[in-house]
Amino acid sequence: MIEEKEKEIVEEFELFDDWTDKYQYIIEIGQKLPALDNQYKVDDNKIKGCQSSVWLHSYEKDGKVFFEADSDSTFVKGEIALLIRVLSGEEPQEIVNAPLKFIDEIGLRQHIAVTRANGLASMIKQMKLYALGIQSRQQA
Amino acid sequence: MRNNGNTAEVMNGFDVQKIRADFPVLSQKAYGKPLVYFDNAATSQKPQVVIDALVEYYSSYNANIHRGVHYLSQKASQAFDDVRVKVKEFINASSEREIIFVKGTTEAINLVAATLGRSAIGQDDEIIITGMEHHSNIVPWQLLQDQTGCVIKVIPFNEKGELHIEKLTELISNKTKLISVVHTSNSLGTINPVKEIIRTAHAHHIPVMVDGAQAVAHDRVDVQELNCDFFAFSAHKMLGPTGIGVLYGKAELLEKMPPYQGGGEMINSVSFEKTTYNEIPFKFEAGTPNIADVIALGKAIDYLNAMDRKSALQHEQQLLAYATDKISEIESVRIIGTANEKASVLSFVVDGCNALDIGMFLDTMGIAVRTGHHCCEPVMNTFCIPGTIRASFMFYNTFEEIDHFIAGLKKAIALLQVK
Repeated sequence: MIEEKEKEIVEEFELFDDWTDKYQYIIEIGQKLPALDNQYKVDDNKIKGCQSSVWLHSYEKDGKVFFEADSDSTFVKGEIALLIRVLSGEEPQEIVNAPLKFIDEIGLRQHIAVTRANGLASMIKQMKLYALGIQSRQQA
Repeated sequence: MRNNGNTAEVMNGFDVQKIRADFPVLSQKAYGKPLVYFDNAATSQKPQVVIDALVEYYSSYNANIHRGVHYLSQKASQAFDDVRVKVKEFINASSEREIIFVKGTTEAINLVAATLGRSAIGQDDEIIITGMEHHSNIVPWQLLQDQTGCVIKVIPFNEKGELHIEKLTELISNKTKLISVVHTSNSLGTINPVKEIIRTAHAHHIPVMVDGAQAVAHDRVDVQELNCDFFAFSAHKMLGPTGIGVLYGKAELLEKMPPYQGGGEMINSVSFEKTTYNEIPFKFEAGTPNIADVIALGKAIDYLNAMDRKSALQHEQQLLAYATDKISEIESVRIIGTANEKASVLSFVVDGCNALDIGMFLDTMGIAVRTGHHCCEPVMNTFCIPGTIRASFMFYNTFEEIDHFIAGLKKAIALLQVK
């Protein structure tokens, strides 16, 4: 369930006192994100933020949507890892409707200028569009 | 060289700590840590006198200017008009008629593109700019290109970030109508040989516009000595508020240019049959001006004039040299912009590290730098990089701050570097 996974993440981040610690944790998560297969690092999969690139690959399996992604920024990879943890493997409808409150609750929204620069919002939008596309195909 | 920053700086006759005390933001904390503000090329911090001027204006003599007959209006008008004279003297223009208040450098360039551009630069006419321009000195000309079919030619630069100035005469043709160049590059720090460019241009009867956004904070600019035809700068990069800047133009050119925006103040008389326009500079200042910020700009000029600017510049150059030396010791760092003549701007990349990640790490230590393309995408494309990390210094920065920055950078690299 998306909400449960978000709750886990919020609890993990509550262990940290300040932005410096949160940043380091996001970097650690980012460094652990598996690299995306080169065949998927193509322009069609690219989401361009102002300062970093993200490649997003999605596929359907057993009616659920799965995501894999990569970036040239380790911090963005950390953000991706969190999003994938929450959204990957879920029903398309759940993904489309997910408010993703955890982003504010872990204090990432305060750094919205950065998230704008790194295309976080674009990434979320793209993930939801993929889910919407898969949902439409399922319903067709 | 600079272990005890304070002592050395006072000994040089330049008391950095005393100056820092004039700038309230510099004592702010970022995430509980002392702020190290190295983003001066983006915007400068403001001395208390500039901030106070804004409060004083709105508290005690706010009124619309040039229109009222009452006490407040007279006082506000006088204060406003005095600044135009001050600006004229600051850049040594020959007349205050040549000083036009605009929103900033970007608007200044757009104004020239929209007026001189549309009236005098037509199909197949040519404009020359450089490869190191800020987007604000590229896009207005591209908009003009779309509108009139003119052609934009570009002076390239070398791997050090120095213009291939010898290419200028090759690029000039009998169709060249304007040359627009950046005085000091915000991304590379390069100080261009603007005087030489102007001399060459004038030998071919071509006017020159100079983007001076990064110039005026650091060194005296004398528009008569440069002999530029237009010069643009922004207050917020030279201790003044945002939202106000100056377009200087030679009177004979400004007089021939059509108006930019229509409205009040820029007219002589209005009827539905015919409207006539005011003389310069008012022809280009439609609507109620940004009165408070003009007055605050005046205070910023006063502050700079009261300083020992020569020592301030020397201090900035020493900061640049120190930071450059220290950063060069880090193996994976590559400096972008190594021109012989530079302003205190240090752009660099780190092998195996993303610029945004480094910038964000430094931010967690309270260090403010800028990352990205700095509105100079063509520059980044020339170096085949997505962007740089840029530290830009002002006379209120210290050697200790640079030490802290270098230590932070080393930590960032240790954490982030892809092995």
